[in-house]
Amino acid sequence: MKALTIFLDGLIRRNPTFVLILGMCPTLGTTSSALTGFSMGLATLFVLALSNMAISGLKSLVPEKVRIPAFIVVIASFVTVLQMLMQAYLPALNATLGIFIPLIVVNCILLGRAEAFASKNSVGLSLADGLGVGLGFTCALTLLGCIRELLGAGSIFGIEIFPEQYGALVFVLAPGAFIVLGLLIALFNRLIIKPE
Amino acid sequence: MLEYLTIIFTAILVNNIVFAQFLGICPFIGVSKNLESAYGMGAAVAFVMAIATAVTWLLQTYVLVPLGVEFVQTIAFILVIAILVQMLEIIMKKTAPGLYAALGVYLPLITTNCAVLGVAIMVTQKGMNFAQSIVYAVATAAGFALALTIFAGIRTRLELTEGIPQSMRGVPIALIVAGLLAMAFMGFTGMGA
Repeated sequence: MKALTIFLDGLIRRNPTFVLILGMCPTLGTTSSALTGFSMGLATLFVLALSNMAISGLKSLVPEKVRIPAFIVVIASFVTVLQMLMQAYLPALNATLGIFIPLIVVNCILLGRAEAFASKNSVGLSLADGLGVGLGFTCALTLLGCIRELLGAGSIFGIEIFPEQYGALVFVLAPGAFIVLGLLIALFNRLIIKPE
Repeated sequence: MLEYLTIIFTAILVNNIVFAQFLGICPFIGVSKNLESAYGMGAAVAFVMAIATAVTWLLQTYVLVPLGVEFVQTIAFILVIAILVQMLEIIMKKTAPGLYAALGVYLPLITTNCAVLGVAIMVTQKGMNFAQSIVYAVATAAGFALALTIFAGIRTRLELTEGIPQSMRGVPIALIVAGLLAMAFMGFTGMGA
């Protein structure tokens, strides 16, 4: 029950993208299509869930003073695992996401959850938190990717909704990323966080 | 010479780190509320990025590649950057208190600035030599400082604007402004290399 609450909290009330406004670089950089946004979200979810569990498990062994460097090493190790898996099994996707895969290390969501949650809670709850926050991030990126791909290229996940030449290319390019995300955060503010 | 000019021009305007490559967005949004902190952050990033790129380039070329352990790049680079930032903080505190007072508050934030790690990894991926890497790092940081300064100038004005709907205030409207700026920077697309 408690795990479920934590999971849902991470998904909506503490949504990393729309509420906490963390991890902006991959959010903007990898959402030119629904598929890339979704894959980036899953990649982050993978590292976040594992690193949360590992950090929670190691918390009694790591001295207080060196905890931040220790967390970074744990996160970086899982990112390296992910990099090697992707190079081996998903080389095309790895090339598309490019620099943003190694940069998961410096995604503030991961270190933030390690410090704020995993270093204080049990392994099970940390896993629930990692999955919730990771899924919240994945949903946000997929939504952003869907909107940009639809407006810019007329399709969602590569399925054509209207012909590509009617799309406004700017939504696939850099400016569209900023503008769509700005509008989505405003919408989230209006709907989920109570209007004053 | 021309080759270096191309690197500089491309990194500052055509492939601006914020508007075209989406790196360093967190400090871009977080530290752009006034011009003074934008200058401070810009200078601090330039300083750290140049030194970090030099050190990680040497590490990659003389340690990781000869030993055949390029796969630990991510772990090695982030540790080096974290240690470097700590060391710079201590050294600056002792030897250059004036500089420390100006840049000190921004230094801890830089470890998690993805632009620093991003540039360090990119120069190895692009196969640049030592001099090119340093030039690229400094020019990228200049591009970051330029973006941050323009953005901070606009945001200062935005704070004074009335009539922005409640739910649009703060980050949402700032992101839309950034979108318009990115559109302006798209004007440089296709120039340079």
